[in-house]
Amino acid sequence: MMPGVKTALGLVGAVGAALLGIAMVSQFQAPRLEEVQRGYRGTAMQVNYNEKELTRYLAENKVPASLPQAPAAGPKAGAVYKNVQVLGDLSVGQFTRLMVSITNWVSPKQGCAYCHNTANMAEDNLYTKIVSRRMFQMTQHINADWQAHVQGTGVTCYTCHRGNPVPNNIWFTDPGPRTPGGNMISAGPATGQNLAAKSVNYASLPYDPFTPFLENDHSIRVQGEQALPGSDRHSIKEAEWTFALMNYFGNSLGVNCTYCHNSRAFSDWSQSSPAKVVAWHGINMTRDLNNDYLKSLANAWPANRLGATGDSPKLACATCHQGVYKPLYGVSMLKDFPELSHPGGAGVGYLNAAWTPPNGSMREAIPAGQPKITQ
Amino acid sequence: MAEYQNLFTRVQVRGPVYAGVPVTGTSWTRSGKPFYIHLFGKLGDAQVGPLYLGITGIASLVCGFIAFEIIGLNMWASVNWDPVQFVRQLFWLALEPPAPGWGLRFPPLAQGGWWLMAGFFLTASILLWWTRIYLRAKVLGLGNHVAWAFAAAIWLYLVLGFIRPLLMGSWSEAVPFGIFPHLDWTAAFSLRYGNLFYNPFHMLSIVFLYGSTLLFAMHGATVLAISRFGAERELEQIIDRGTAFERGTLFWRWTMGWAASAESIHRWAWWFAILTPITGGIGILLTGTVVDNWYLWGEKHGIAAHYPAVWGVVTDPALPQGAAR
Repeated sequence: MMPGVKTALGLVGAVGAALLGIAMVSQFQAPRLEEVQRGYRGTAMQVNYNEKELTRYLAENKVPASLPQAPAAGPKAGAVYKNVQVLGDLSVGQFTRLMVSITNWVSPKQGCAYCHNTANMAEDNLYTKIVSRRMFQMTQHINADWQAHVQGTGVTCYTCHRGNPVPNNIWFTDPGPRTPGGNMISAGPATGQNLAAKSVNYASLPYDPFTPFLENDHSIRVQGEQALPGSDRHSIKEAEWTFALMNYFGNSLGVNCTYCHNSRAFSDWSQSSPAKVVAWHGINMTRDLNNDYLKSLANAWPANRLGATGDSPKLACATCHQGVYKPLYGVSMLKDFPELSHPGGAGVGYLNAAWTPPNGSMREAIPAGQPKITQ
Repeated sequence: MAEYQNLFTRVQVRGPVYAGVPVTGTSWTRSGKPFYIHLFGKLGDAQVGPLYLGITGIASLVCGFIAFEIIGLNMWASVNWDPVQFVRQLFWLALEPPAPGWGLRFPPLAQGGWWLMAGFFLTASILLWWTRIYLRAKVLGLGNHVAWAFAAAIWLYLVLGFIRPLLMGSWSEAVPFGIFPHLDWTAAFSLRYGNLFYNPFHMLSIVFLYGSTLLFAMHGATVLAISRFGAERELEQIIDRGTAFERGTLFWRWTMGWAASAESIHRWAWWFAILTPITGGIGILLTGTVVDNWYLWGEKHGIAAHYPAVWGVVTDPALPQGAAR
């Protein structure tokens, strides 16, 4: 062979190897990695911390300083101001402190005018004010009725908002990409999976695990409860949907499967960590909040706040957790804001749409009556 | 003496190109004029061709092409015929089997009918290729070891995509066509059926798979190491043990007390290789049909170790208070 060709081939090979090497190494985690054992030895029930990432997460999840408490004595906000529907029981001082705090938490750049007509603060002309009133009720409801999930730590506006008028990590029903229709199969309505989706950490799993599980209450449990076949007809496709949801859980909390599960027997509660019980309540809480609070505002949102199918913005694990196993690493802001720990005024009516899976859905069991070998 | 100590073959023999032994009893002949490619000679034999396709070969390629097109076009359609997204997301795209509700019926094309068609043509292509391998070996007067080894792989393929779905009563139980989707499917399969690691046939399959790599490494390394004594003439050494294979055998006798012979090592390797998909296929076939949760099956038969409850008693919150699992 010509020496020139040989050199050129060698060069191409070397460049190719270098590019491949860089691509591979760029995916490595930089040391050091710390492993904290939680479960019984040998079960891999551990939490892995990357020092560099941990430093970043700690910086991102700092709790802002609370304003000094205001006296509870004095005239009530409901008596002094007009149209105070939820927080009327607070003193004027407490009420003002909370309004300043929520401005810092939610609309620090936009200020009071993000929700209020500054010429007439009592007016309900901005949708943001309608939404924030409902969100106050939601926060009180979470802290009062969902202690099984939020425990004594509780939540405040800041847990989700972190200085953003619209929290990061909200979700909408994802109808998938536009499809050509006709006889061709689609990644959208037909399967709901097989796209590089951030929601499931770029697996090819179903890309909207939220709608069936965190808005509707489709069955998450797919493993048989008996060794031998008989009653259980859950399909592998259902397992893919559950796998997608669990994938999202892990990423939202910055943990592995083994934070809750003993991976040899995922469905077995007796081998699971107590965190699995807390997570179970979290699923129920998320469904409750999406249906009774976020969707109740369906008529309040302007079009630019709605999803592709015209649905309300909704919350899920990452909305509060933001990559951390306990939001804000478990530091309670609620203790400085006791007025958020229980319902204040009367709630408003809500919308709770019934949902049925479309025909030919991938999220269904194998129908009974199909031949299947039993004993 | 040629040396085979390096990654690449360093010596290439160049003579007149070789057309192969005469073929009788078939209307097809080998086609194409053989030629040499130096780079091919670095990795294997430098001669390319002649090629024998025959009726089964051509039919297999046609069926394979149809399956390839059905899968590829459906993948492309799933991103709305966007060429950029087709390339970017190629590894994520798939042609999925029908939804569970369709059972074993033939659904409309867009809802899994294409999957059935692709599966049919791919299976036809594979079986035709197997026939071709079988017939070519027969015509050349060889044993049919390659064909039966390929049949072992086809067994696993048919169990996954045809036999088990039939027994389960639903095409939805089969594997999607797609790079990442079939991997995610594999994980979901194990998750649904309670951890495949407790499936004894899965265990056997892993033993044979890892055993195959071990045997391959041992045999390959031995022959390369003794090639300086002429071990590349492996088949002659089976009949007439020369100094090369004597040394190889001696090496293993010294290191582990016993050695395979030049002939039997190939039997070892062949059985390990074919037993990998045969046992694997049995394991898949039993999953969902005979055993629904492999972990619970393993627990019942005493193969799952008991771990102490380090967190105390954790119970299913969905159950009424005090109820057992």
